[in-house]
Amino acid sequence: MAKLRVGVVSPEREIWSGEADMVIAKTVDGEIGIMPSHAPVLGVLVEGGVLRVKRGGDEGDLVAAVHGGFISVADNEVSVLAEQAELGSEVDVAATRDALQRAQASVDADAEDAEAALEAKRAKARLRAAGEEV
Amino acid sequence: MGAQLRLLRRRIKSVKSTAKITRAQELIASSKIMKAQARMQAALPYEREITRAVSGVVSNTASVDHPLTVEKDQPTRAGVLIITSDGGFCGGFNANVLREAEALKGLLEGRGITAVPYVAGTKGVTWHSFRSREMGGRWTGFSRQPSYRDAKEIAETLIESFKAEDGIDEIHIVSTEFVSMLTQTVVVKRILPLEVVETEAETEDAILPYFEFEPTAEAVLESLLPRYVESRIFTALLQSAASEEAARRRAMKSATDNANELIKTFTQQMNQVRQAEITQEISEIVGGANALADAAAGKE
Repeated sequence: MAKLRVGVVSPEREIWSGEADMVIAKTVDGEIGIMPSHAPVLGVLVEGGVLRVKRGGDEGDLVAAVHGGFISVADNEVSVLAEQAELGSEVDVAATRDALQRAQASVDADAEDAEAALEAKRAKARLRAAGEEV
Repeated sequence: MGAQLRLLRRRIKSVKSTAKITRAQELIASSKIMKAQARMQAALPYEREITRAVSGVVSNTASVDHPLTVEKDQPTRAGVLIITSDGGFCGGFNANVLREAEALKGLLEGRGITAVPYVAGTKGVTWHSFRSREMGGRWTGFSRQPSYRDAKEIAETLIESFKAEDGIDEIHIVSTEFVSMLTQTVVVKRILPLEVVETEAETEDAILPYFEFEPTAEAVLESLLPRYVESRIFTALLQSAASEEAARRRAMKSATDNANELIKTFTQQMNQVRQAEITQEISEIVGGANALADAAAGKE
């Protein structure tokens, strides 16, 4: 079966690129799974979503926290353009838990605090990408 | 005579210490160019992908009617984003950018458009405030290491003003493009209303795929276009940072060369003066001895 060529890029660097069997991302309309020969799609990703790339074979899934951005699919090429993205393996779990707690505290104190709510969402996505329970 | 010698010695000492400073600056700049170039390279994939996505949307939707792409019939105000450096010691780098910006201002005014400067970099900001020109926005402190956040901040201000009723109708960027280590050119680009620029020349017959959109073409465009503008500004900032270091390296290299040339000239002059002094002393001694010998001979 043909493989997908996947690239995950952020404005400051290329985060990951390689081949995969399937890509699962979360757009504003809901989760989208992309397998080879998928029709061309351009989707807007949600803030604090988790991207899963099934590489197949012995290699495990590549999981990344993706904050905003786009996914574009054409000719078996998948590009994920993220404004900020972090691989699950690069996440500092302890620091992120701290950040989540801080953000959660400010959300509890002030429900209108949109920035803290966003921060909490991002921290959760990072933890989920690292394979932690949130 | 002795005074002149002392003066030359002092000048040589001061020129030597200047040469040390400029040489250090030159070395720092050359190591920074490498880093700046690496950052430029790292940003390329994102820019390429986002350009492809934008051209994909624009080619799919026959009538793109987004405020960011519509050209006004009678533009009256234009924003000019001028990217300069924070520090000096970089030769004509800032002067070139500002000169080009002035030319653009003249051109726009010829078409009956008022130019509003938006300035990044301390040098550009002081240039404008010294002439008490009003600025639409100013940003400083990141010219050597711009981050995406900085580009986003600039883009937000510009887009907001662009969307506002009585705001600006066009946005231009004046910045320095890094062509190579030796060549940097000042370029003027219009970024809004949008003209999609291909980063790589694509073949004529390449047909862009027919995209499906999640959720809708309008919604995708709505969030894609600001990102595209941000990416363009970010690229301009990175290019400008690399060019700044290259310009600094060149300026510092010629300063060091000049200093070394001066030291050589001064050393030669100093040696001449010292030689002359010694010669004079010898002839004075010989003259004196001769006079004494003559006097002694006369007595006998």
